[in-house]
Amino acid sequence: MALLEVTDLGISFGGLRAVDDFNVIINKGQLYGLIGPNGAGKTTIFNLLTGVYKPTDGKIVLDGENITGKKTVDICKAGIARTFQNIRLFSDLTVLDNVKAGLHNEYKYSTISGIFRLPSYFSNEKKINERAMELLKVFDLDREADYKASNLPYGKQRKLEIARALVTNPKLLLLDEPAAGMNPNETAELMETIRLVRDRFDMTILLIEHDMKLVSGICEKLTVLNFGQVLAQGETAKVLKDPKVITAYLGE
Amino acid sequence: MAKKFLTKDNSSYIIVILVYLIVELLLKTGHVSSLMKGLLVPLCVYVILAVSLNITVGILGELSLGHAGFMCVGAFTGAFFSRYVGDAIAFGYLRFAIAVILGALVAAIFGIIIGIPVLRLKGDYLAIVTLAFGEIIKNVVNVLYVGKDINGLHISMKDTASLNLDAASSDIIIKGAQGITGTPKDSTFTIGILLVLITLFVTLNLIHSRTGRAIMAIRDNRIAAESIGINITKYKLLTFTISAAFAGVAGVLYAHNLASLTALPKNFGYNMSIMILVFVVLGGMGNIRGSIISAVILTLLPELLRGLNDYRMLIYSIVLIVVMIFSWSPSAKAFRERYFGFLGKKKKEVS
Repeated sequence: MALLEVTDLGISFGGLRAVDDFNVIINKGQLYGLIGPNGAGKTTIFNLLTGVYKPTDGKIVLDGENITGKKTVDICKAGIARTFQNIRLFSDLTVLDNVKAGLHNEYKYSTISGIFRLPSYFSNEKKINERAMELLKVFDLDREADYKASNLPYGKQRKLEIARALVTNPKLLLLDEPAAGMNPNETAELMETIRLVRDRFDMTILLIEHDMKLVSGICEKLTVLNFGQVLAQGETAKVLKDPKVITAYLGE
Repeated sequence: MAKKFLTKDNSSYIIVILVYLIVELLLKTGHVSSLMKGLLVPLCVYVILAVSLNITVGILGELSLGHAGFMCVGAFTGAFFSRYVGDAIAFGYLRFAIAVILGALVAAIFGIIIGIPVLRLKGDYLAIVTLAFGEIIKNVVNVLYVGKDINGLHISMKDTASLNLDAASSDIIIKGAQGITGTPKDSTFTIGILLVLITLFVTLNLIHSRTGRAIMAIRDNRIAAESIGINITKYKLLTFTISAAFAGVAGVLYAHNLASLTALPKNFGYNMSIMILVFVVLGGMGNIRGSIISAVILTLLPELLRGLNDYRMLIYSIVLIVVMIFSWSPSAKAFRERYFGFLGKKKKEVS
């Protein structure tokens, strides 16, 4: 069953057509890869999906709901969460508070009850704390819960960013180059983490990646982008053998 | 999870209460000079201002240079109210309490009015617009004439004559550049400390709530905060408003300590805004306890150095530089961790 359906998506910045005629269907539970050379428009597509940019044309449907042109905040509520190419953590907050911030819309209480410590503050904070700690345990970050996020090693910062995205309870998780800057060991661990996320949380994942080992290792389907246009699309093994893809991106 | 009693937050309350008790003791035994006595209420005013500006600058991470403007709004609202009702409410504490609430409310409304257009700006741009706002408020108040007679209130921006007051029952409350005279002296040190504690209570609880996390998330990374569903505009405006409201409270306290209240560059101009900012920066952005301590020290220092006459401001600036270096250089930080680490340092817990 299709979770995400993107039809004829396009955006122009002035005279530049950054993304043109982009179509994709991602099914529930799928691990989908988006690859292509630098500047092909991969992150732009993420920004379109999450409402950072408004598409010039096309339609985005998530789980039957049309989310085209909606605001980032509303798209988050509709069920898309993401991580960023250059890690964007709340660097001065603790690891625990980073995840707790992600629960902003899951457990709500008013500012007034927060200031005057009304009962709803205590009951909600207790649940927030439990949920956050539980998730940190899954990601093996619970021992670092009181650390400042910026003091975590690189690999763990990536993990924390995924945890923070997951805690918003999304239907679709977008990962923007999760393996960037990682050594082979860290990448292998990351692959495990991504599999874990998919299996344990029953998550649908769309990821951008340059690391072909990771892509061929975990992605079931691929879309290859070049100059804002789809070059090839389909099963990972088939796409990676496509001569067009080899010339444009992979190299002989 | 075992909670430590001497957390950074609790120590803020304890410091304030201890200082209060010590000062009261000294007052009772007559060890306080009249100069120091006159400084007690202003000290509370500056502490409230520093803590409230820290909400905008340290917690939200936006630079505001118009804090004295909000203080001015609060001061004139509070003083106007107290002067207007006069002895109609004979019970001073009640009159003052209403004045504080009104001052905070009107300052908050100004916070919203200024905040809606201004919070789209960032960094330096926001700083300059807030600076301009502070100056505008000060100048508007300087040409504001308000009087009352049996027919009610009369407002003019020209002069006292254009108020058209009924001669027999006229009473000019706000008299342009001469401001408000005859405000009842309702501010006391005890009330000041009480307001400081209320400010602390609201600020610290706000920081450690869902709202506080959202605000700090916006400060640390706006784009990421938006991506996890935090409404940026709403929380920015909320923070700005709360910050303005407490500046208003400080203004009311300030106004009720003076026989005549005028809007001068000295008390409500950008000099004042920058001085509050110095308190905040020196105490550490986002560090509430630091704001309290630096506000107290920097207010007392020039007075304590009064004997040195000409060298007073020179020493003041040197102390400022030394303290800045001491609080931020890594070796000084290590030194403090070693010798003062027990003071409210959070223990790392393994659960």
